[in-house]
Amino acid sequence: MALIATQSLTKTYPGGVTALSDLTLSVEPGIIGLVGANGAGKSTMIKTLLGLLTPTTGRAEVLGLDPTASGEQVRARVGYMPEHDCLPPDMIAAEFVTHMGRMTGLPRTVARERASEALRHVGLYEERYRQIGGYSTGMKQRVKLAQALVHDPDLLLLDEPTNGLDPAGRDAMLTLIHRIGTEFGISVVVCSHLLGEIERICDSLIAIEGGRLLRADRIDAMTTGTDVLAIEVAEGTAELSAALAQRGLTATAEGRMLLVPLTDEATYDLVLRTVAELDLPLHRLDQRRHRVAELFSTAVPTPTLEVSHV
Amino acid sequence: MSEHSVIHDIGYQRYTGPRLGRAYAARSLFEHGVRVAFGLGRSAKAKIFPWIVIGLVTSLAVIVVAVKAQSGEMILTYQDLPSTASVLVMVFLAVVAPELVSRDLRNQTLPLYFSRPIRRSDYALAKLAALTTAVWLLMAGPQLLMFLGSAFSAADTAGVAAEARGMLGGWVIATCYALVFSSLAILIASIASRRAFAAGAIVVVFMITSPVVGLLAVLGKGGALSQIAPMFSPFSLPEGVRSWLFDTSIPIGPYGPLYGLMTVLLVAGCTLLLLLRYRKVSL
Repeated sequence: MALIATQSLTKTYPGGVTALSDLTLSVEPGIIGLVGANGAGKSTMIKTLLGLLTPTTGRAEVLGLDPTASGEQVRARVGYMPEHDCLPPDMIAAEFVTHMGRMTGLPRTVARERASEALRHVGLYEERYRQIGGYSTGMKQRVKLAQALVHDPDLLLLDEPTNGLDPAGRDAMLTLIHRIGTEFGISVVVCSHLLGEIERICDSLIAIEGGRLLRADRIDAMTTGTDVLAIEVAEGTAELSAALAQRGLTATAEGRMLLVPLTDEATYDLVLRTVAELDLPLHRLDQRRHRVAELFSTAVPTPTLEVSHV
Repeated sequence: MSEHSVIHDIGYQRYTGPRLGRAYAARSLFEHGVRVAFGLGRSAKAKIFPWIVIGLVTSLAVIVVAVKAQSGEMILTYQDLPSTASVLVMVFLAVVAPELVSRDLRNQTLPLYFSRPIRRSDYALAKLAALTTAVWLLMAGPQLLMFLGSAFSAADTAGVAAEARGMLGGWVIATCYALVFSSLAILIASIASRRAFAAGAIVVVFMITSPVVGLLAVLGKGGALSQIAPMFSPFSLPEGVRSWLFDTSIPIGPYGPLYGLMTVLLVAGCTLLLLLRYRKVSL
């Protein structure tokens, strides 16, 4: 069963702004990255999946349910972490998460236990008995994640979870999300405008631009057959290229390096043997995965996705 | 720590137990609201104002009981307590109503509630019910204290029964006050996201009606107009109801049922506007 499926989903706001336009996609459970520039329609998409917004036309399906018709059932099984600040500064984190657990139907004692658990899983221990107002941005993001996790949802919708975090905080947050998706067995949709940041933790990617779907697919499907071997020699780059061509490997030059498509292990041996026969000083030989961003930049004439190399 | 002790990381546990539905969530929100109203589970700063007001209203009851024990005279009846304490109750509302609803608007906590099974109307009604209950307790608690004090000094069981009837009548009036005051105050607070503005707006709306009623009463020269005028202030509307039900307060002539109707319309109207407000609230 598809985790999320949409059929020509369109959302036009009363002001006439079209946030989502004819979006049709279907994704499998796992960690799903939802990428797009600011204003691409990511938050609108999330709110539509939660049933907080009604689509203008088309339909969506989350966990096999229609969020417009059965919003309550969907929301009972989904955890949502908004992009903006949403925590009361004068409440104690443990109490707040407990309260939110009860709001999702957990009995009182269970809510308290699971709140402690959830806060522990996001990395808040003794700090959880302090008021949220005194927390750092990183700790607040963790509390926001804990309140989405407290009722053990089947799906987490995280809107820009790394917003406002420093590089170390971003890494920690992404690692945590990856753990939730793999060890906890909860499917996650992560929104981000930084493709480079989330592509390493995702199983699938949905890229949207101006409310339109660019591509939705599994990461491995996007990168299959695109692995390359980068070879750098101190001299004789042209000779090597010719020699490789004779052995049936088409090398393309990129700066001072030669790129050869990597089909299997034999390619390594072939390249090494060629270099050795020509007696060239080898500087570098490494396998490169095509970054997903490169796929998009070839697929789309004007790439507007912001790519960060954290 | 002994050398045998091991820390087990049991990892993440899926939850398979019961998930109680919407009604439970709304009830939890109501309970939470009542606690917030009295500053329970919150910082000492949040407790100051509610408990000063509770202290003052309670001391009213203590004075009444003390005077009755000394002289046997009841200087304030059960039904008099709400109107005597009404300004204090308004201060309580100005502090507590913004705590209940403006804070969630200001901190943008609403999306967290509305991404859960409860509906927007559940949220609005739970908050209204919490405020009404808190305000009712603020008046009914001291009334109970007055009863306990008087019951001990009562001569016989018939005296105790009379006191109990008096207290129940007081509770009816307290309920009327709580409904009128809370529905109006929570509606005002739900529009302002800053607590100070909300508190100011509540005081202004409550106070501005008093001179209007006073002016109308003077203009009416004791006629029909002065008998209807009190229903245009939240302070005197419940007193009109009291006259209608018990004939113990202001002169309202034959307009008693009109006061009852006005109360129902005011509470229903405010509740309806509150529901509309939360239907429209942007996330």
